[in-house]
Amino acid sequence: MSFTRTPTAARSVQFSFDGMPVQAREGDSVAAALLAAGIDRFRTTPKQGKPRLPYCMMGICFDCLLEIDGEANRQGCMVEVRDGMQVRRQDQSREVRL
Amino acid sequence: MTVTIKVDAAVVGGGLVGSAVAFGLMERGLSVALLDEGDVAFRASRGNFGLVWVQGKGDGRWQYAHWSRRSADMWPGFAEDLKAACGVDVEYDKPGGYYFTMSEDEHRTRGESLERMRREVPGGYDFEMLRRNQLLNIFPGLGEEVIGASWCPHDGHANPLSLLRAFHATMKGRVRHLTGAGASSVTPEGSAFRIEAGSTSVLAGKVVLAAGLGNRDLAPMVGLRAEVKPLKGQILVTERLAPKFGGLTLNVRQTGDGTVMIGDSHEDVGFQTEANVGIGRNIAARAIRQFPALAQAGLVRQWAALRIMAPDGYPIYEQSATHPGAFVVNCHSGVTLAAAHARSLAVQIAAGQLEPLLDPFHGARFEDKIA
Ligand SMILES: Cc1cc2nc3c(=O)[nH]c(=O)nc-3n(C[C@H](O)[C@H](O)[C@H](O)COP(=O)(O)OP(=O)(O)OC[C@H]3O[C@@H](n4cnc5c(N)ncnc54)[C@H](O)[C@@H]3O)c2cc1C
Ligand code: FES
Repeated sequence: MSFTRTPTAARSVQFSFDGMPVQAREGDSVAAALLAAGIDRFRTTPKQGKPRLPYCMMGICFDCLLEIDGEANRQGCMVEVRDGMQVRRQDQSREVRL
Repeated sequence: MTVTIKVDAAVVGGGLVGSAVAFGLMERGLSVALLDEGDVAFRASRGNFGLVWVQGKGDGRWQYAHWSRRSADMWPGFAEDLKAACGVDVEYDKPGGYYFTMSEDEHRTRGESLERMRREVPGGYDFEMLRRNQLLNIFPGLGEEVIGASWCPHDGHANPLSLLRAFHATMKGRVRHLTGAGASSVTPEGSAFRIEAGSTSVLAGKVVLAAGLGNRDLAPMVGLRAEVKPLKGQILVTERLAPKFGGLTLNVRQTGDGTVMIGDSHEDVGFQTEANVGIGRNIAARAIRQFPALAQAGLVRQWAALRIMAPDGYPIYEQSATHPGAFVVNCHSGVTLAAAHARSLAVQIAAGQLEPLLDPFHGARFEDKIA
């Protein structure tokens, strides 16, 4: 799957995904930026280990979960991308030691 | 046109209680019809916490303690049988349950109450009182305020939705499961009973009223009483968390999938099931006092459902004296008691006689109190 960006005058923003630099545009959600960059898996489901990508892009389905700046299970479609942001795949459940 | 269905037994109410009884009657070889209302109904069975909990239930009424214990003893085999019958895993696990105490006073009172039950309940009642330092192995992140806990090996938990599903899957094709069939009347007809539900009419040798809060209106039609009232409870669910935590408590439990359920609120607010932030905050605050690390967890769901409570909090089990063959069944621990309902109560109903152990649970026991 690939997406083509429409031309705009938006400023460009740089962040990292699993340590790799990714170019985005100001105003992108993290999810949109990663899709535009051709990322084909955001997370794996904790129980069955299946790959997942964003589905609704509007905060409902929770399929776009990512680790953003150290915080697990953030909804990528609901967070605006910022310069220097560190984003990682969400491959496990959030770790909380009770 | 009205269709009449003839069966040995009709069960009114397809929640956990009615389903367990219908399942049990089917196992005894009776032909059974199970009538249930549609989605508009209040259904505790779809909104509960999933504990199979014995600890602390029935101080002052040993029959209840004994009955709960009996069900908990039956649960392991029962869960296996369900899986073998229909392939549904109800995720039953019996790690024993902890009840945290937050003050010396509470710790002592709790210990005394459980000790009383150990003396009074025939067949025994096991528990241990543990101090904080004995808990830290199992709960390394335990909140500072927790001074100890009672622990009871009979406690466990299951997935209540899978349980309901397992009942229905096993009954498929063997029990007449009528959905969207709210019973409007139950009328004695000779030694049988006619149940009218919309365009369906069921003629049954026995009738079991297991309609939860609906029993209040149905019971008097066959000379029974069910003075049950709603008691709202709300539940919070976190995102899936790792690693799995070993312990099971009265108000915090981790499901097989890793989500943590947090509950145990009680609101006497009538027939309404709105979830709200205020109660959610209280539920969360109590859990965070016990497990401070929970504050980092994200919540993904909150809901409310109505418990079905008799004035004294005990179940209602009775066969009608005026119309033998008609039974009423209500309880507020339908998960815990599911095994006993299917494998003991249903057997008694099939035989036409409830055992004396259940005598204290007659629906008429409140008669003098309700003017
Ligand atoms: C928040 C909460 C937490 C709980 N936690 C636990 C727990 O941890 N462990 C535990 O053991 N129990 C727990 N319970 C209690 C448990 O959920 C109930 O005891 C159990 O679900 C009751 O089942 P029921 O079948 O009697 O009622 P319901 O699930 O309410 O089912 C009654 C059914 O009867 C039907 N009905 C009503 N009127 C009619 C009619 N006229 N004709 C046909 N059908 C009718 C309704 O459609 C409904 O499906 C909890 C309850 C709540 C609310
Ligand atoms: S894509 Fe559905 S919540 Fe983000």
